[in-house]
Amino acid sequence: MRVMAQIAMVMNLDKCIGCHTCSVTCKQAWTNRQGTEYVWFNNVETLPGQGYPRRWEDQEKWKGGWERTRSGKLRLRAGGRLKRLGQVFANPELPEIDDYYQPWTYEYKNLIDAPAGDDLPVARPVSSLTGEPVDKIEWGPNWDDNLGGAPENAPLDPIVEKIRDEVGEKIRFEFEQSFMFYLPRVCEHCLNPACVSSCPSGAMYKREEDGVVLVDQDRCRGWRMCVTGCPYKKVYFNHATGKAEKCTFCFPRIEVGLPTVCAETCVGRMRYLGVMLYDADKVAEAAAVEDEHDLYPSQLECFLDPNDPAVVAAARASGITHDWIEAARRSPVYDLIATYQVALPLHPEYRTMPMVWYVPPLSPVVEAVAASGHDGEDAGNLFGAIDALRIPVEYLAELLTAGDPYPVEAVLRRMAAMRAYMRRVNLGEEREESIASAVGLTGAEMEDLFRLLAIAKYEDRYVVPSAARADAEALAGSHPLDEACPVGEAGPVGPSTEVAPGRVLLNLSPTRRSA
Amino acid sequence: MDLLLWGVLPYVSIALLIAGTFWRARYDRFGWTTHSSQVHESRLLRIGSPLFHFGMLFVVLGHVVGLVIPQSWTDAVGVSDHTYHLLAVSTGAVAGVAAAAGIGILVFRRFKVPAVRRATLRSDHLMYTFLLGAMVLGLTATMLNSTGATGDYNYREGISIWFRSLFTFQPDYHLMGAAPLAFQLHILFGFTLFALIPYSRLVHMFSAPVQYLFRPYVVYRRRDPKLTANREDRRGWERVR
Repeated sequence: MRVMAQIAMVMNLDKCIGCHTCSVTCKQAWTNRQGTEYVWFNNVETLPGQGYPRRWEDQEKWKGGWERTRSGKLRLRAGGRLKRLGQVFANPELPEIDDYYQPWTYEYKNLIDAPAGDDLPVARPVSSLTGEPVDKIEWGPNWDDNLGGAPENAPLDPIVEKIRDEVGEKIRFEFEQSFMFYLPRVCEHCLNPACVSSCPSGAMYKREEDGVVLVDQDRCRGWRMCVTGCPYKKVYFNHATGKAEKCTFCFPRIEVGLPTVCAETCVGRMRYLGVMLYDADKVAEAAAVEDEHDLYPSQLECFLDPNDPAVVAAARASGITHDWIEAARRSPVYDLIATYQVALPLHPEYRTMPMVWYVPPLSPVVEAVAASGHDGEDAGNLFGAIDALRIPVEYLAELLTAGDPYPVEAVLRRMAAMRAYMRRVNLGEEREESIASAVGLTGAEMEDLFRLLAIAKYEDRYVVPSAARADAEALAGSHPLDEACPVGEAGPVGPSTEVAPGRVLLNLSPTRRSA
Repeated sequence: MDLLLWGVLPYVSIALLIAGTFWRARYDRFGWTTHSSQVHESRLLRIGSPLFHFGMLFVVLGHVVGLVIPQSWTDAVGVSDHTYHLLAVSTGAVAGVAAAAGIGILVFRRFKVPAVRRATLRSDHLMYTFLLGAMVLGLTATMLNSTGATGDYNYREGISIWFRSLFTFQPDYHLMGAAPLAFQLHILFGFTLFALIPYSRLVHMFSAPVQYLFRPYVVYRRRDPKLTANREDRRGWERVR
């Protein structure tokens, strides 16, 4: 057993309201530069829909992730090493700008500078890449937001296409019959990252301490194989610097124990961050199991129970510090993934062992029940509906369990049971243990899960151990802004008098996480 | 003049090449990239780029054979001058024409596709001038030479010997002075291009990723606190003053 630690994320899709705050704050923090106009490290997709870049899930076309050879080994879907080196001069599977969207801005200056006249001046759209006017904007980062244009766009969703092949024309997009939910996406920081494995220069790496996958900007040579390698299309090519860039999991924040920007600013409180301990020796084998339906359970088996003394001893032996083991014990992510098993990986069939997991949304089911005039909070009704509503379940299964509906049904049942159980509690009715036991949990566990998913306090959602304390002190001691920053902080009792002249004082109130 | 052009200039050019590469590796690894524009336009690039690059690989190989292997060696293994030139010109023509067609497509694309034109670096203009110049002059010289317009000049008895004498630091510059003008110009453009390599996108040729064939798929690295806490400022990440 070789224990490694990873900061992982779980997103509770039921609580995503599709506000895109995560995308915007991420963009402001990381990709508001020339060369990354089209890049969204975090984006929120409406499903069913094509996603960003368009139809990224179509691996027949983009050749992302791994495939299992007949001999049971894993090979990059795009091809072996020699083949990929042969394609280094022109990558045949590289998405073009139009597959993302043509980034544009507006000629705002014209609004002010236009000479006086009879007509109101307008700000024409211009391409951010060429500066040329764009006559008609035809696609954007969220063009099909909230099922906009779904009659034309949603049938092109690769999952819809696949399900349609299986269930025929049943899946339809007339407004009254459609279902939808949001899928926020960041880099998966996989255990078996295909992007890292595709990089000819060896510039991409997975950090041993926290599992964050990064691009060394000094070693990247712009071969752009990683863009193809990542099946989630979460590595981007900065066309101005000629280097690959990707979600950094906000490592400068993670290192000091703060949640990522997308998590911190999540309005719906739907993101969870915590430590997962896993057995690195098992990963290769788990990623290469024959049946795709086994990929979810096999990844689950890679995770180690932080409360098991043998695991703790092995973790200590692998150099994992006490702080991290403690954090792993309190990890909300471990609870959602392993203890309650309500979170599922995104597209495990890509065999990259992703580490951003999702609690599937129950709301399409609840809404369908409520719309049919029944009680949408009743356990019996919900259980029946989960069985009856094949299409949402099959869609979720294609998304989260390589098409196996059984685990999705199990999760939805657990969520439905929690809903029904907690409604009785909140209405002051008698606790109905049979609802909990129907899904293999106890009433106390139901309430714990409810606290984690519905109350979701800041401290419960984010349990991020800081990098070693010595590191943190070294960082603080040599903060580059100490000398140069003109902004000072006021003391606790009003402006202090010893502030150097010329410094601006900001009245920063103590944060809720103050030490 | 001959001494300056054929005895000094090559060394200046190589000195610039070495110094520039060292500077790039020491101070500007962030700028060391292919500067690919494939995200802007893929269709033409997928034809032009492999044609150019694979063509160039063989062109370079041909130059090495022609310049480094003395005529006496090929004579010794019984390859007649005629056979040698037949082989050299036929394979060289295929590679040269492929490379020329490739660069033609790439340059057309660079001017014609607006986003690619906008992505053109300042150094590209100079680099493309000398790259295209060297290629056109090389093809011209070969064409003239094989049609007999240069009076049946045998570069293996002139240029090749001069080229090898560069390595002994006793350049036989008179030999180059006597070479036909097309060859002289080709070599001038070529050495200028060498000097430009580290200062332009051509520098990516030194990072051909052969090590990819031998490393494990997944790369792990430990985070070094010194990297973020105490390291010197990198280009583009300097302190705000």
